Amino acid sequence: MYTQALNADESQRDQTLPAPDAAKLARFQAVIDAEDKIEPNDWMPDAYRRTLQRQISQHAHSEIIGMQPEGNWLTRAPSLKRKATLLAKIQDEAGHGLYLYSAAETLGLSREAYCDQLLSGKAKYSSIFNYPTLTWADMGAIGWLVDGAAIMNQIPLCRCSYGPYARAMIRICKEESFHQRQGYEIMVTLAHGTPAQKAMAQDALDRFWWPVLMMFGPSDKDSMHSADSTKWKIKRFSNDELRQKFIDATIPQGRYLGLTFPDPDLTFNDATGHWEHGVIDWSEFKRVLAGDGPCNRQRLKARQTAEAEGAWVRDAARAYAAKRSQRQATSQVAAE
Amino acid sequence: MPRVIADADLFEFTLALADDALVLGHRLSEWSGRGPSLEEDIALSNLGLDLVGQARLFYTYAGELDGNGRDEDDLAYFRNADGYRNLLIVELEPGDFALTIVRQFLYAAFLHPYFAALCRSTDARLAAIAAKAVKEMAYHLRHSSEWLIRLGDGTPESHRRAVEALDLLWGYTGEMFEPTTAEQRVVAAGIAPDRTQIRQPWTTTVDAVLAEATLQRPAQRGMQSGGRHGRHTEGLDRMLAEMQVLARQHPGAKW
Repeated sequence: MYTQALNADESQRDQTLPAPDAAKLARFQAVIDAEDKIEPNDWMPDAYRRTLQRQISQHAHSEIIGMQPEGNWLTRAPSLKRKATLLAKIQDEAGHGLYLYSAAETLGLSREAYCDQLLSGKAKYSSIFNYPTLTWADMGAIGWLVDGAAIMNQIPLCRCSYGPYARAMIRICKEESFHQRQGYEIMVTLAHGTPAQKAMAQDALDRFWWPVLMMFGPSDKDSMHSADSTKWKIKRFSNDELRQKFIDATIPQGRYLGLTFPDPDLTFNDATGHWEHGVIDWSEFKRVLAGDGPCNRQRLKARQTAEAEGAWVRDAARAYAAKRSQRQATSQVAAE
Repeated sequence: MPRVIADADLFEFTLALADDALVLGHRLSEWSGRGPSLEEDIALSNLGLDLVGQARLFYTYAGELDGNGRDEDDLAYFRNADGYRNLLIVELEPGDFALTIVRQFLYAAFLHPYFAALCRSTDARLAAIAAKAVKEMAYHLRHSSEWLIRLGDGTPESHRRAVEALDLLWGYTGEMFEPTTAEQRVVAAGIAPDRTQIRQPWTTTVDAVLAEATLQRPAQRGMQSGGRHGRHTEGLDRMLAEMQVLARQHPGAKW
């Protein structure tokens, strides 16, 4: 999910590193060109390593922060079935965070180091999770639209050149696609429900539609990502290509629900066979990315609080483990 | 010969088991996204999912026994706190991780042997639910025991918090062994195990784990009870107000 990291300014990269060995670089690129995988112990250019560290950890952070907007409705889920499925879904997201941190750890930084980057505000996560969830219908909209948009990004990542990331993505994609269908099923239920439920569904679409389109990142003409990610087969489709695929898949789904997309300029182009959308307000995207979205501060604060409140538990587990190995060593000595 | 049991008694008995499971499952779900580690967040959600799952099975059966066409959601969402029949121990506000673990331990140490006995119920439906739930409670007991040992024998702070949680919760353990009058009839009919008989295995488990956790069993004292009769602690009404708000704003709606 959530690969907005690719849109960071590549000029910020450290340019002072020595040029990589040309022969190694050629072998590396040959592996990628042959659609084989780069594995953790293989030689890789520093820039490839840093791009992946950033992208995979941002993806992991997004899963973890993404638990919050849905967690907001967990204790108010309107039926026991919905309560159980929402709890299981949020649990899956924690699981995705775990696989992704594990994949990112193979690149040489610990999970703690990545988490510190999140908690200090240095690392980013997907902008979409800085929007509030105001009604139950948002649980449907997040599954249908946010997970739906994420899948568009993630399916190509199953073929990413970096082996541990690609393998993690295969499992994540299966679960995300289940979540997407669950979310859509919530929307179907609401859209066929009482007038109040239908209004709730429409309101959720109204609020989430544009922020979801922004999840794919800036338009190609404004995107700062270098050709490297494409050459390295980390990114296989451009932001606009993925956004278009998403729109083409989603409009018929929304129409089936009898809902209206909040874009008066939305039109179907018979010649191209694609839906065309109105102008995206990129100033809003920039504001949210810069930290001034509706919930940026609350989301980070909640994570910092959970981390701080759990510190004594983690300390206890470490202290107990140390005591136990001490006792085992002592009893071993006594036995000898 | 097992006596014929009134559906009303069996309904009340089954409803109480459902309420225990739902209220504790809800309390565990309040940890989602706030666990002390990612692994533990996932584990607490798992425990919560098991309990909500048990609640759904018990409610569905209770609804059938009731015969008024109430389904699991009618029973969960459209009764007030004074209609809930759960034990007080499961409804106490989650507090810190120590309270959550100590509660899970004290409760699972009871419910695991209890469900093992309920598997032998002459009521096939209850026996089937218990057969599924007993496996889950074995895991809850193992998970909470291992954590309790770590908290008790971890750092001075974790030890202090474990002592505090144990002290608070101990006064709510007596109610686990008190059958209601209706339940006594269900026991006499051979459908339910006698919960007073669970005290022995419960005490053995609790003493063994507390010893390994370097914790003392709190002194005997007066016990709190009332949940089975609809007299609850201050927190349940608030919990239900949150849990039921959306369902009650839209009566009759399907979700």
